[in-house]
Amino acid sequence: MATPLKRVRGLGAAHRGTETFWRQRVTAIANIPLVIFLVLSIVGHIGADYGQVKAYIANPIVAVLMLALIVSAAIHMRIGLREIIEDYVHGEGCKVAALVATTFFAGLIAIACTLAILKISLGS
Amino acid sequence: MTNKLEAERPLSPHLQIYRPMLTMMMSIAHRITGASLAVGFALLTWWLVAISIGPEAYATVDGFFGSLIGRLLLFLFTWALMLHMLGGIRHLIWDTGHALDTTSIEVAAWLTLISSMVLTVLIWVVGYALMGSH
Repeated sequence: MATPLKRVRGLGAAHRGTETFWRQRVTAIANIPLVIFLVLSIVGHIGADYGQVKAYIANPIVAVLMLALIVSAAIHMRIGLREIIEDYVHGEGCKVAALVATTFFAGLIAIACTLAILKISLGS
Repeated sequence: MTNKLEAERPLSPHLQIYRPMLTMMMSIAHRITGASLAVGFALLTWWLVAISIGPEAYATVDGFFGSLIGRLLLFLFTWALMLHMLGGIRHLIWDTGHALDTTSIEVAAWLTLISSMVLTVLIWVVGYALMGSH
């Protein structure tokens, strides 16, 4: 006999178990110091000219922390946006389309930021 | 396919019948700020990509962020970021099983809201104070 009980056994309704829950917490913890670092970086460069801002991001320590923020925040954002869509978008087609769009958005943003930081720190 | 067990189950009352409470509003705010920070992330991307392209592209972004609308947006994103971060810390504490009684929850909600406002104003005061220091 098939009952809804089968959904709570094993990996649950999302078929992913607690992996997403855990990943959201790990990225949340990483985001706290990294976001504070970003805010301090921006506040410290208000009114700075192009050369100063570029030189700051080109610094290897700054670049590594920025990259860490981008990766962690992109994963965190993707999980969070997906959760909102899963809760409020009920049509299966719309939901799947929105979930795919979310992954594309998070991926594109992460790639664009990563390339920008690498170009700033490695390029001329 | 409709599941018979689910169809006969009583539904919980809808959101509208509840008196709006701070803890409820903070929960909704956590989602709204989270979703809006995705737009903030896109702006951060624009800023980083512009720096990587060159001075002209950077001047465009810098001009936008320096404008009245740009500053207003950045101010709201600062607040959203602080509220979401402090709200997230609250969630991480709850994950350990602590501070889940009604008094602690109420205190934490007020602390999150007030601290987010204080931090946002502080960030902007320091920002304006440092503006001419380059």
